[in-house]
Amino acid sequence: MLGRLSLSAIPFQYPITMAAVGGSVLLGIAILALITYYGKWTYLWKEWLTSVDHKKIGIMYIILALVMLLRGFSDAILMRSQQAIAAGTSQGILPPDHFNQIFSAHGTIMIIFMAMPFLVGLMNITVPQQIGARDVAFPFMNSVSLWLTTAGALLVMVSLGLGEFSKAGWSGYPPLTELKYSPGTGTDYWIWALQIAGIGSLMTSINFLVTIIKMRAPGMSLMRMPIFVWTALTTILLMLFAFPVLTAALAMLTLDRCLGMHFFTNGLGGNMMMYVNLFWMWGHPEVYIVILPAFGIFSEVVATFSGKRLFGYTSMVCATAAIMVLSFTVWLHHFFTMGAGPDVNIVFGISTMMIAVPTGVKVFNWLFTMYRGRIRFTTPMYWTLGFIVTFVIGGMTGVLLASPPADYVLHNSLFLIAHFHNMLIPGALFGFFAGYTYWFPKAIGFRLNEEWGKRAFWCWIIGFYLAFMPLYVLGFMGMPRRMDHYANTAWHPYLLVAAAGVVVILLGILSQIVQLLVSIRDRHTARDLTGDSWDGRTLEWATSSPPAVYNFARIPVVHDIDAFADMKEKGITYQRPDRYHDIHMPKNTAKGLIIGALTFLFGFAMIWYIWWLAIAAALGILSTVIARAADDETEYTIPAAEVERIENQRFRRAASTSSNGPSNGAAPRGPLLQV
Amino acid sequence: MTTDASSIDSVRTGEIEHPDTVANQVFGFWLYLMSDLVLFAAIFATFAVLRHNYAGGPMGKDLFHLPYVFGETMFLLFSSVSYGLVALAMRQGNKALVLRWLVVTFLLGLGFISLEVNEFYHLILDGNGPGRSGFLSAFFTLVGTHGTHVTFGLMWMAVMMGQVITKGLTTPVQSRLLRLSMFWHFLDIVWIGVFTVVYLMGVM
Repeated sequence: MLGRLSLSAIPFQYPITMAAVGGSVLLGIAILALITYYGKWTYLWKEWLTSVDHKKIGIMYIILALVMLLRGFSDAILMRSQQAIAAGTSQGILPPDHFNQIFSAHGTIMIIFMAMPFLVGLMNITVPQQIGARDVAFPFMNSVSLWLTTAGALLVMVSLGLGEFSKAGWSGYPPLTELKYSPGTGTDYWIWALQIAGIGSLMTSINFLVTIIKMRAPGMSLMRMPIFVWTALTTILLMLFAFPVLTAALAMLTLDRCLGMHFFTNGLGGNMMMYVNLFWMWGHPEVYIVILPAFGIFSEVVATFSGKRLFGYTSMVCATAAIMVLSFTVWLHHFFTMGAGPDVNIVFGISTMMIAVPTGVKVFNWLFTMYRGRIRFTTPMYWTLGFIVTFVIGGMTGVLLASPPADYVLHNSLFLIAHFHNMLIPGALFGFFAGYTYWFPKAIGFRLNEEWGKRAFWCWIIGFYLAFMPLYVLGFMGMPRRMDHYANTAWHPYLLVAAAGVVVILLGILSQIVQLLVSIRDRHTARDLTGDSWDGRTLEWATSSPPAVYNFARIPVVHDIDAFADMKEKGITYQRPDRYHDIHMPKNTAKGLIIGALTFLFGFAMIWYIWWLAIAAALGILSTVIARAADDETEYTIPAAEVERIENQRFRRAASTSSNGPSNGAAPRGPLLQV
Repeated sequence: MTTDASSIDSVRTGEIEHPDTVANQVFGFWLYLMSDLVLFAAIFATFAVLRHNYAGGPMGKDLFHLPYVFGETMFLLFSSVSYGLVALAMRQGNKALVLRWLVVTFLLGLGFISLEVNEFYHLILDGNGPGRSGFLSAFFTLVGTHGTHVTFGLMWMAVMMGQVITKGLTTPVQSRLLRLSMFWHFLDIVWIGVFTVVYLMGVM
């Protein structure tokens, strides 16, 4: 009846896990109780859970990302504590079995359930507004993507309390992940969480590609798109062509495990290196999927806070496109030690080093944008500057690793761990934090507290150097990755420094939580009434903050790369049209949420071999899709009078901030500095 | 989208504010097909790597009967022809003809799937199931993935017959029929690859 699910699935033997489960369940109950107490269920259901509005979906994506960031970071604290203690005769706080689950969960969560939802969330909020559109091309599919990603994340969370998570690392190499060596549910949780979230990502990529190609405002040619839209475009192209390979690889692994096939087994004609190739054919583009949008955010931030047009727009676009293409040609550098021979290895070594060229172009573009600009040192700018310095160091260690002979020595050591954290923390996460601070007033309507934002930045960057620079040294000293215990006590002092680093990062995360709370408390003084919080340059600042459901009462016409800056120069920013028109918008629907919930059940049933539930859930998904396809009344009309009312309200509010009207800009000015 | 906007400041709002839904849907579906092509490419690549890993089991030429598979192929190819006639009838706005050719296409597709299931059934019955060797795992997965696609196509076609009967040839229904047509022809093209790489090269 319940497959292999029984009470013994609850990990009573791990007190740390049980405490985490208890804490999560209590927190969940507390949140549900609060929603009930304040009577917010109807509001939550009508305004959020069933919403197909790209801005709300974006906010929900980012909430998911932040929650998963906390979970992934808790794993990091546990790993650093274990390695700080478990030297020589001490065994530390975690049994090996548990430690293995923690590093696997940390990687999976941070890449798939933190970085991906964060960037997709930022894209959702920003891209349609930047191209002057009212929504994405397929708003319902957008909602399905969100709930599929959430279903995957939920599976990872459930694995904490029911069964176990994978012990084979986030990359899940067979034959270790084959049934013979991983008979438990851990690998299945990992497979289905990735598979379900991956399908959500694929839908997102189709959705945004059609949106960007087909729905730009008149006058916005490809070479007039804001740079963030360009990086979003390259990212979704990578998603479109990389994710199916992951889907295929995971499906084959599932067939090996469930139907006894021999794709990646040791015997009977399996070939485990086939998996490794397929995985990294997705895995390497995935790195650029999370980094490229962050590059776009940095570019927007640098231009806005330098008060200048981005330096070398065309070269930036070309560099982004070059990185996109090259990212498909380097996957083998993840396993030079496979033994493909020097000729193959050197081809991939050179293509890897070549990626440093377009990346270097970007770094110089950012520097030259700041050169002679009137720089405002706001929090997003702090993240950007911290990124540029730190990322260049990580890039150089990457070029080191790209050389096959060096890689043979450093492969699987902590040097590699230091390298990719040095790329992804500044390259992706700092970018998302910059975007979070930059677009927060646009999405929510008030600005985040600057003081706490800067405190968070300093903690993060100092903590980062403390936590990861020792790992480079440890790599040279020969310490392998993923060790739950080590006998060589010479490594111990460095691991203590790394543990101290993680404490400083913890202070950074606490600062961010305080920042959010303080900002909500002070929201009335930090409200953005004009819609243009930072004296911005692109179209998303032409809407109100938060934007009306239709974003633009009239679709703007674009004449320049920095369309909004151009309008401000011409003094036509807040010109009102002679009359308003009816606007058609998509209706809310619960079907996205229902499909997500059923997919969660389907994944859960496949993990625990509850076949009847799997069949029932699959049939449920199918009938929901058919029911949706039969519904041709998916839009509603906002009458012109209502549009006019909303717009009047907006202009009255904006006028109240300044006697000179909104175009004067109530944007906060940080300390001005002539460089 | 390359229109020079400086000359058209007074754009008629009606034009830009109603994106062409059908064109967007067709383009989006085409993108899905391209990503599906990558999925098939990954499975084809795996098959190419594993196709000689017999593990002491049977080889392609011991298992495949070309005339049988050729018959199977004919069912699928002719179903594509008949779907082409669905598209023609749709253009004429002839509901009855659309339905007639949809039924023919459905039956041809069903014939293809039945022949495939029968082939699988006998292979497994003879002990040559997907767990026998790496080669057979790749064979069953590649052919089976195509077969699963065709099965979903058949379900979609059944739904569309229902919609044509209840809704008539409305714009949304026509858009869906158009996308199903793309899907169906796409599966045909993939099958040509399967027939060549798996069966013809396997028997050679």
